[in-house]
Amino acid sequence: MATFGNLTDRLADTFKNLRGKGKLSEADVDGTVREIRRALLEADVALEVVKQFTGRVRERALGHEVSAALNPAQQVVQIVNDELVTILGGEARRIQFAKNPPTVIMLAGLQGAGKTTLAGKLSKWLAADGHTPLLVAADLQRPNAVTQLQVVAEQAGVAVFAPEPGNGKGDPVKVSKQAMKFAKDKQHDVVIIDTAGRLGVDAELMKQAANIRKAVDPDEVLFVIDAMIGQDAVTTARAFQEGVDFTGVVLSKLDGDARGGAALSVASITGRPIMFASTGEGLDDFEPFHPDRMASRILDLGDILTLIETAQKTFDEEESRKVAEKFATDTFTLDDFLQQMQQLKNMGSIKGMLGMLPGAKGMREQLDNFDESEITRTEAIIQSMTKQERTTPKLLNGSRRVRIARGSGTTVTEVNALVNRFEQAAKMMKTVAKGGVPQIPGMGPIPGGHGGKSSKKNQKKKGSKSGNPAKRAAEDAARAQGAVAPSAPSGSGFGLGGAKAPAGGPSPEELESLQKFLGR
Amino acid sequence: MAASWSLSGALKSMFARDTIDADTWNDLEDAMISADFGPDITESVIDELRASVAKFRTDDPADLKRMLRETLEERLARLDPTLTLSARPAVVLVVGVNGVGKTTTIGKFTKFLVGHGRSVVVGAADTFRAAAVEQLATWAERGGASIVRPQQQGQDPASVAFQTVERAQRDGIDIAIIDTAGRLQTKSGLMDELGKIRRVVEKQTEIAEVLLVLDATTGQNGVAQAEAFIQHAGVTGLVITKLDGSAKGGFVLAVQERTGIPIKLVGQGEGINDLTGFTPHVYVQGLIG
Repeated sequence: MATFGNLTDRLADTFKNLRGKGKLSEADVDGTVREIRRALLEADVALEVVKQFTGRVRERALGHEVSAALNPAQQVVQIVNDELVTILGGEARRIQFAKNPPTVIMLAGLQGAGKTTLAGKLSKWLAADGHTPLLVAADLQRPNAVTQLQVVAEQAGVAVFAPEPGNGKGDPVKVSKQAMKFAKDKQHDVVIIDTAGRLGVDAELMKQAANIRKAVDPDEVLFVIDAMIGQDAVTTARAFQEGVDFTGVVLSKLDGDARGGAALSVASITGRPIMFASTGEGLDDFEPFHPDRMASRILDLGDILTLIETAQKTFDEEESRKVAEKFATDTFTLDDFLQQMQQLKNMGSIKGMLGMLPGAKGMREQLDNFDESEITRTEAIIQSMTKQERTTPKLLNGSRRVRIARGSGTTVTEVNALVNRFEQAAKMMKTVAKGGVPQIPGMGPIPGGHGGKSSKKNQKKKGSKSGNPAKRAAEDAARAQGAVAPSAPSGSGFGLGGAKAPAGGPSPEELESLQKFLGR
Repeated sequence: MAASWSLSGALKSMFARDTIDADTWNDLEDAMISADFGPDITESVIDELRASVAKFRTDDPADLKRMLRETLEERLARLDPTLTLSARPAVVLVVGVNGVGKTTTIGKFTKFLVGHGRSVVVGAADTFRAAAVEQLATWAERGGASIVRPQQQGQDPASVAFQTVERAQRDGIDIAIIDTAGRLQTKSGLMDELGKIRRVVEKQTEIAEVLLVLDATTGQNGVAQAEAFIQHAGVTGLVITKLDGSAKGGFVLAVQERTGIPIKLVGQGEGINDLTGFTPHVYVQGLIG
């Protein structure tokens, strides 16, 4: 049960009720606002933020812009999205570097928010940009925090300044001061100070943090906050704002399934921008925060942009161009199919990717049942074939199939299913590559507007990507691969099947509004 | 270290009124939501209170306050918070998401057990996070326990767990506590790893307790965390940490009711003695005043 899913699901449900109506009455709006309020509360948005938010939404929903609109429900979605983006900070801000290096960045936050890990990620990210960061171990409180920072620094390949062993000994203010001198001597242009975790109510430790701030006069003070935090986000954020007056916020543990509340609360209460998002335990799981994408995610319009970026990073362009050509010329073989699948796998968890797609809410349950090892099984089947068999699947007679099944530890039925689906996929991709709308054999009645939808989707991608035909074809192919699978009995074989198919399933309204957002 | 916000503070204005009116209910709802009880529990508690108020025909806010306390206490006390550590060795597995205070809790728990004359061995099965083993070693030393370390960086946590239990059996140590790496409940691979640790240990002996550590500052996501960990690790008890902050952890009531797993321990500070058993009465007292 994903908290975040609840928010989007609930909004979607509410709007479904509104959809049929030509005009919104005051009672309709009140009902919707109540649902939004509840949904936001369940997503851990702080109560006072919820109150302000719903107040504004209500006011605007009752105004002229909605009653005059053709589709009021869509208008409300638009308003909610606008307001979300406004609160989350519109544009993402970047780190302000000092005119005279070193630039000093201080990290502060509750215990367990992820400061030390973030220090490593931030330093690696900066180092990749050509900076020479220095990590400073000013968390002398938690047992072995200093050691952890040293290990993290080593992994990130950056320098660390840790004159004190920690574990309750040493003065963090003094360490920070010494670090400044050290950085100047050694020509480090960025200094990142990792401070101890502290509670907002701990006056003594807050004073210590303020003293560190005074001592080093940082250019940025980043407040690290756990995306899972509840109503307490408000109290904590206020305490830290008063205590150390942070300049920016980092949202950590965004890879979990809670991501709505804290971001909204903190940004709204303190007026400070959320600058970065931390999305995993690896040192590379770190990205600048995109308020507009976050808002779209809350509205379940999907995180298309991130998805595209991931896809672009992973798909080998040259490779994709070749494959696209193969589709068009009908020389697509099981080998290519295998490669495609491996590329997909590289893109990371398919579940994660699907979560970024619009309309994914309806498939969450399916996603939970989706077994990624199906891909591995498919791989095994293909790898158990001879070269010749892979290029000309027609060769596959009964005894060959038995051999393959034995070789891959599967059954003949599974091999059969894979071959069937491969043939369908190849046929369909050929159509797609030539720019047509796939007619999927064996898929049964296609739900209304399906074809139109997928073509619409393609247009959108074109719009957002300034036309790279090869990549586009590859993405189409990836999508087509997924789309074919519903024909598979109980989603085996391709593996992508049952789960990926509903990705094409957002209603036309959702797509329209999505288009609007992407068009901006 | 006085809490800057408390439910009692938020409720003060409400109880200062002469009679129970619409504002009273609104204030109560806001206060409960601010304490992270979540919309569902808040609604059901308020419905219950409304019924009681109607039944007893009272309009005195003092009565309402008493009823609120009784309701919450009763709900929290439905499950038995006692730890079962009678097996020898009693194996305790400690699980949770990242940064909730698993290692710190183990340190405090060790001290508590050693203080009661039990011998303890801790197993550093968090082989993933940088310096987690050293952090646990420091705590073990403070608490007076021995430690089983992984023989190499990134060793399979299940094998560390195995060795820990083995050591406890061989040396006749009363209690073996196993620290695991923090993992978000959405990472299926890591959750499976927990299942493996569990299976490996179960082959040696029964697991006495699987404690899920929850951070009091967590919001409604705590329920999702608990459900996932129950499914994969077979959690038998909850530990709430960081209750010394301004967060009141109201979501634990939702967790306890939704999952039927009792809260067993409460952590309220970074000192080694800041861990106590869970008593509904004390918890509610701290909440409402």
